[in-house]
Amino acid sequence: MGDLLTDMLITMTDRGPDSAGIAIYGTPGEGHKITVQSDTPETDFDGLGDALGAEIGGTVTTRVNDTHAVLTVLEGSRAAAIAALEARGLRIMGVGETMEIYKETGLPRDVAKRFGLRDMSGTHGIGHTRMATESAVTTLGAHPFSTDADQCLVHNGSLSNHNTMRRILTEKGFAPKTENDTEVAACYISSRIAEGADLGTALEGTLNDLDGFFTFVMGTKDGFGVVRDPIACKPAVMAETDDYVAFGSEYRAFAGLPGIESAKVWEPEPATVYFWER
Amino acid sequence: MMTATATAQDAVTLDMGSMELREVNSTLQAAAATNRTQFEVLNTLGSHAIAVGLDAEIKVTVKGSTGYYCAGMNKRATVHVTGSVGPGVAENMMSGTVIVDGDASQYAGATAHGGLLVIKGNASSRCGISMKGIDIVVHGNIGHMSAFMAQKGNLVVLGDAGDALGDSLYEARLFVRGSVKSLGADCIEKEMRPEHLELLKDLLDRSGTDAKPEEFRRYGSARKLYHFNVDHADAY
Amino acid sequence: MTEAPKTLPRQSWTFSNDTNAEIRRAAHTGIYDIRGGGAKRKVPHFDDLLFLGASMSRYPLEGYREKCETSLTLGTRFAKKPIELAIPITIAGMSFGSLSGPAKEALGRGATMAGTSTTTGDGGMTEEERGHSEKLVYQYLPSRYGMNPDDLRRADAIEVVVGQGAKPGGGGMLLGQKITERVAGMRDLPVGIDQRSACRHPDWTGPDDLEIKILELREITNWEKPIYIKVGGARPYYDVALSVKAGADVIVLDGMQGGTAATQDVFLEHVGQPTLACIRPAVKALQDLGMHRKVQLVVSGGIRTGADVAKALALGADAVSIGTAALVALGDNDPKWEAEYRKLGSTTGAYDDWHEGRDPAGITTQDPELMKRLDPVEAGRRLRNYLSVLTLECQTLARACGKSHVHNLEPEDLCALTIEAAAMAGVPLAGTDWIPGKGF
Repeated sequence: MGDLLTDMLITMTDRGPDSAGIAIYGTPGEGHKITVQSDTPETDFDGLGDALGAEIGGTVTTRVNDTHAVLTVLEGSRAAAIAALEARGLRIMGVGETMEIYKETGLPRDVAKRFGLRDMSGTHGIGHTRMATESAVTTLGAHPFSTDADQCLVHNGSLSNHNTMRRILTEKGFAPKTENDTEVAACYISSRIAEGADLGTALEGTLNDLDGFFTFVMGTKDGFGVVRDPIACKPAVMAETDDYVAFGSEYRAFAGLPGIESAKVWEPEPATVYFWER
Repeated sequence: MMTATATAQDAVTLDMGSMELREVNSTLQAAAATNRTQFEVLNTLGSHAIAVGLDAEIKVTVKGSTGYYCAGMNKRATVHVTGSVGPGVAENMMSGTVIVDGDASQYAGATAHGGLLVIKGNASSRCGISMKGIDIVVHGNIGHMSAFMAQKGNLVVLGDAGDALGDSLYEARLFVRGSVKSLGADCIEKEMRPEHLELLKDLLDRSGTDAKPEEFRRYGSARKLYHFNVDHADAY
Repeated sequence: MTEAPKTLPRQSWTFSNDTNAEIRRAAHTGIYDIRGGGAKRKVPHFDDLLFLGASMSRYPLEGYREKCETSLTLGTRFAKKPIELAIPITIAGMSFGSLSGPAKEALGRGATMAGTSTTTGDGGMTEEERGHSEKLVYQYLPSRYGMNPDDLRRADAIEVVVGQGAKPGGGGMLLGQKITERVAGMRDLPVGIDQRSACRHPDWTGPDDLEIKILELREITNWEKPIYIKVGGARPYYDVALSVKAGADVIVLDGMQGGTAATQDVFLEHVGQPTLACIRPAVKALQDLGMHRKVQLVVSGGIRTGADVAKALALGADAVSIGTAALVALGDNDPKWEAEYRKLGSTTGAYDDWHEGRDPAGITTQDPELMKRLDPVEAGRRLRNYLSVLTLECQTLARACGKSHVHNLEPEDLCALTIEAAAMAGVPLAGTDWIPGKGF
């Protein structure tokens, strides 16, 4: 899967040359995965697992991948671990039982290479190439955005009420960390789920509560969902075979997928939530 | 460097696996000055702007699927795509014929002034947006906001039409055989008169379908937005 | 008994006579006011900047003797055939339909004599302007009226219009008076109907799609023509950065004082930023991407004098573009038509109902009798003279600052008279070293 995702990302370079990111849903391990990023990984990641284990109690395993590291902690100590990591100035990319997130600025080809995306495997994955509109080109500004365990969101488009929504979410305790409109959408969905909505309802909520143009793809532990705004100008195309379901902004992204010639290829309808589970 | 090679059928083969887009298009655009009339484009892999700006009576077969704006601004040429096409196929076409065996994405035939566009599969949203004289025949269904602000020409749909068909329509004629999910502002059903049946028969014949003109309904502009009236302000 | 003193009748500042007249007009017609002429409110402008000139620390150039170059090339990034201009002032896009055929011809004649380019508008390319314009920029607009591949190839450059200073984010509606048979024919519309214009392009949305649209336009025109992207003064830093990413050769940035075309008054007066405030963020975006002077920036919206030209260049623009000023040079709003402006309920200088087609000066009309009032040869000569004056004035100022090319003017050659202008232009308030706000 890493191979296919890498080729899809590189093909979409023209649509987003500023940064790239991927969420990979792998197999669950012993405990909870926390993906962190550092601009000085040599010093920050050196002995990080042992130090963190001593701090929060219990064993922490560490897998370093370029500027990112995946730490596995016992489920009960997740919150303590995140607090300790943030206190060290590390950036939390995402947490989850199966999800790992890797994202950096630069061309998709280079980002995929530095993380060895081709060699990664998993049940499903979501990649994104970004052409930044208003918020800064930074690591944290890259997609996917993860605002709760095993959840991630990527977006094509531009929201027009994200500042108001950011204030509402901040009051509710779901404050976005960046100026990025997509992170607001991710926080919105996470907040709805935390309040008890199921994923479908939360995604449907974006149609009423978020204004502007969007095609969203949301990943979860079990699969992924797609929703487009009612105007549905930003492109979206799906491919389905007996073996896989694929999403892309353009058919071009599918050109290297096996059996694409005989796949069912179609476009999601506006204002309609789709969801695929493994 | 010219890497085009002639096949037994005398079609010039343009392989995008080894040729740049610029080379493919410049070969096709220069065809009027040669005696070559048959071309095949291979290994398209969803690439954009294939066979755009042609102006010669040539036949181009695009084998595979394309990205945005295939056959954009076509004049006189016949472009046949064996796969599906991305957004804006035959946008602003002036004349000639474009045939798509598969599906078409958004904006098929957008702003086109003339010629015939046949889509044998489905077309997604905004099919025929701002069309200015083209004939479009879709064998399958079309998506929402199709024929938005359509000015002139004919849009024929053998399947169903999505939401807001013909919103803010001018003088284009819309013919739909299946259901219409909803009509847009100022678009109404109109009487099918003998001249419409005749026109429809010709378009259906030319687009390779045996559908019967009598099975279609005609939609057009109510022309209530042609002159501003405060009582229609909510339609703007 | 003496009469008690009375207060004088007092007009409300909030509900002024102007305001009340508009309320009555709206209540009567049920439609917003539509007019041409761009924003009429007073906004900080180039008048609020001054050049420092040379003295002891800098040496001026001798006027008329020591050369001050004005030539430039637009479209050096990707186009095989960039556009060479003798002066850094071009004629902005104004449609045939909005303007008469002779007016378009006059613009072509004047611009060509001055060594610069003209631009088509919403409605297609006419023989009058192609024939008389040595260099013609062909606008690619949401309506695509009259768009065709032959004219695309006959053009010297292509300008993808994303927005206009008069109405960033707006489409709008043009009432039917001017949709004559010829105009309607070119636009594939019925004669005499209201024309509703779209605010977005029909077949792409956003910079990632625009990049592909530009690829198509380049493929159709053999990568010869410079591709301009025109944006209204909305969020200039982002808009310019995204235009570069989408592949522009040239960016045209139109501030809120721009606009000859018919637009809702509420749009003209309440949307967009003053031209003065747009330039520095735009230049900053180009500098941040390493593209300043590589992707050329043309600024428009309220350019009137050689001083305006020189100040726009000093703030980092490569050239400016004029619309309203060009119409005035042709003869628009001339006092000799005062009696007729009065009949139309207007007066010299205030006439802005250009969309109604009754222009006494015969410029913004399709009426055959009115059109005859404009002699395209004479009017073309007036435009040429005016362009010469703008250029001479700009050179005079540049020489005074010691520049042998007008492009060597820089922000540090300026100071500001007001705190507002200092903040917007990112130059110090006169007599201080203080740049309010974050500066650039």
